[in-house]
Amino acid sequence: MQQKDIKRLTMLLLFAPFALWILLLILLPHIGMVILSLREKVAPRVYEFGFGNYIDFAMEPIYWNTLLRTGSMALLVTALALLIGFPIAYYIAKVAGFRTRGALFLLCLIPLWVSDLIRAFGWILLLRETGVISTFLQWSGAIDGPIEFLYNDATVVVGLVYTVILFMIVPLVSTLDGMDNSMIEAGYNLGGNGFTVLRRIIVPYAMPGIVSGCIVVFMLTAGSYLTPILLGGKNSSWFTEQIYDQFITRFNWESGAAFGFLLLAFTSLVIWLGLKLSGQTLANTVAKS
Amino acid sequence: MTPNPTFDLECNNIAKSFGKVRAVNDVSFTIPSGSFFSILGPSGCGKTTLMRMIAGFEEPTGGDIKIKGKSVLGTPPNKRNVKMVFQHLALFPMMNVYENIAYGLRCSGHDKDEIKRKVHDVLERIALPDVADREIHQLSGGQKQRIAIARCMVLDPDVLLLDEPLGALDLKLREAMKIELKLLQHQFNTTFIYITHDQSEALVMSDHVAVMNKGDFEQIGTPQELYHRPNTAFVAGFVGDSNRWTGRVKSGDATGGMAETDQGLPIKFTANGQSQISEGETVDIFVRPEFIRTLRGADRQSPVEPHETSIDGVVDSLLFNGANSRVLVRGSTGQLIEADVTLTGSGDLTPGEDVRLAWSSEQATCFARHEAS
Repeated sequence: MQQKDIKRLTMLLLFAPFALWILLLILLPHIGMVILSLREKVAPRVYEFGFGNYIDFAMEPIYWNTLLRTGSMALLVTALALLIGFPIAYYIAKVAGFRTRGALFLLCLIPLWVSDLIRAFGWILLLRETGVISTFLQWSGAIDGPIEFLYNDATVVVGLVYTVILFMIVPLVSTLDGMDNSMIEAGYNLGGNGFTVLRRIIVPYAMPGIVSGCIVVFMLTAGSYLTPILLGGKNSSWFTEQIYDQFITRFNWESGAAFGFLLLAFTSLVIWLGLKLSGQTLANTVAKS
Repeated sequence: MTPNPTFDLECNNIAKSFGKVRAVNDVSFTIPSGSFFSILGPSGCGKTTLMRMIAGFEEPTGGDIKIKGKSVLGTPPNKRNVKMVFQHLALFPMMNVYENIAYGLRCSGHDKDEIKRKVHDVLERIALPDVADREIHQLSGGQKQRIAIARCMVLDPDVLLLDEPLGALDLKLREAMKIELKLLQHQFNTTFIYITHDQSEALVMSDHVAVMNKGDFEQIGTPQELYHRPNTAFVAGFVGDSNRWTGRVKSGDATGGMAETDQGLPIKFTANGQSQISEGETVDIFVRPEFIRTLRGADRQSPVEPHETSIDGVVDSLLFNGANSRVLVRGSTGQLIEADVTLTGSGDLTPGEDVRLAWSSEQATCFARHEAS
């Protein structure tokens, strides 16, 4: 009997930090956000329950345009990260020798030791009008005057891909690593060419890794703030910027909370659609890698 | 144009080196159509490399491989009509049974109805007509095995390579699959090349066996030839069980003679046909346990035939294994000798009993020791 109680207590103690974390840092703030977002300001310090903040969002095209723009750019970044990350992951997991593999993996990790902010400033040093690339092109005679590479969508996309690609590579390497080489050889042996083997065997096998990488990358991108602001400037029109504006600049917490919730709902919807389309579930993708 | 169309596969002096390591050393052999050919060797002998060269995953450093009389050097693996059953089968886990078998047909561009007909046809032939819609993980070990073979056979290959596919199965299933593989080979009438380190698999199933060691073929022959007339000491030691002694020839001519082992046991032997053995040479002598007679009680005193070798000893222990039971006898020179015995359940040998072992000189195979190797 006593033994059982001790066991139960141990379980409780082990479970407590997780429960506290979920409760205090995830559930409570979000409940607060929901309540906040459902309050309408009718007079100074007077609030009423209502969907006004959400209606405002729907009525103002600039808001939902920004959200759609953020979503589509995040999708583009995800696709690019997958296209660039897949060959890298394949090389690390399947082509490189045992020793090179560790070194390459470490090389991928090293940029993470530096904060997002510093890395974004690195890009600024390279890309600004008086930056390295512009100066070099002028020196080599390719262009006449200085060129500003910053503050456009392409730069934002490049910067974001650079920031998040690691989160694509890691799950891909771990799924491809688990793939028996003889599976690829069997694909060739049975008459498949390189493209067939990639399409029918490697990609379907790596699907859980691809989906989990895409989910992480999409979430990180859609919710990122620093990189779009620093590389895209004031007119990058990123949705997180809108949320920041509502909270900090306009001091309209109710509207900001509604926006925050809409971003969460929107990204969840996109991921749900993605899972449906690829025929995967959360359980066999993110939970596995 | 094919000079010798009766051979499905010909290898002429093929060699493969990895850096300084020579994995396969100028191996030549031909395999007649429709036969079951095994390559038997210890791990690391180069048999897998040889097979990967036939499949096209490795390019040989020298020599030529011909399939149906045509050289396949430089032909990529997906263009060779050689299919392979991998060690761990390499069935595609993301496809069901039907898709696994249809994969190869799709690659070669068959139309839908034909694929369907062929897949069902091959499933019928491996006696698994109802598994088409199953997932791979729902199959038993033996079923997976058969699906892996069906996946290759549906493409009608010239040669089917099997890379120790029974290694992962448990003993009972392995025994059953041995017979089944042989039957499948008969049924499809395709040349099977079976790679294994398990001599019983090779002996039971094959028409011909090549014994491979350190990148070379030691001997190619029927299982019986290898067992009863081994050409080299390696084959004699690797195929089947043997009592092995090292000794020095005391007297002898081309047909046989007398040798004394290092422990001082005199053994009469017959020279193996391939090599001349002269006096004073160091030799390896092999005697299989089933050819050793165990004499007990009064029989021990009866004189043995003149060509027989006999030795007195004490039963050390009995190794009971039904029909394959053995007795370990400690000879007068202190060495343990294994002999097959029939244990009937009553009045059997007991440890500590005095016995006499005897065997004919014809069963004592002798090989000169090559100091170089």
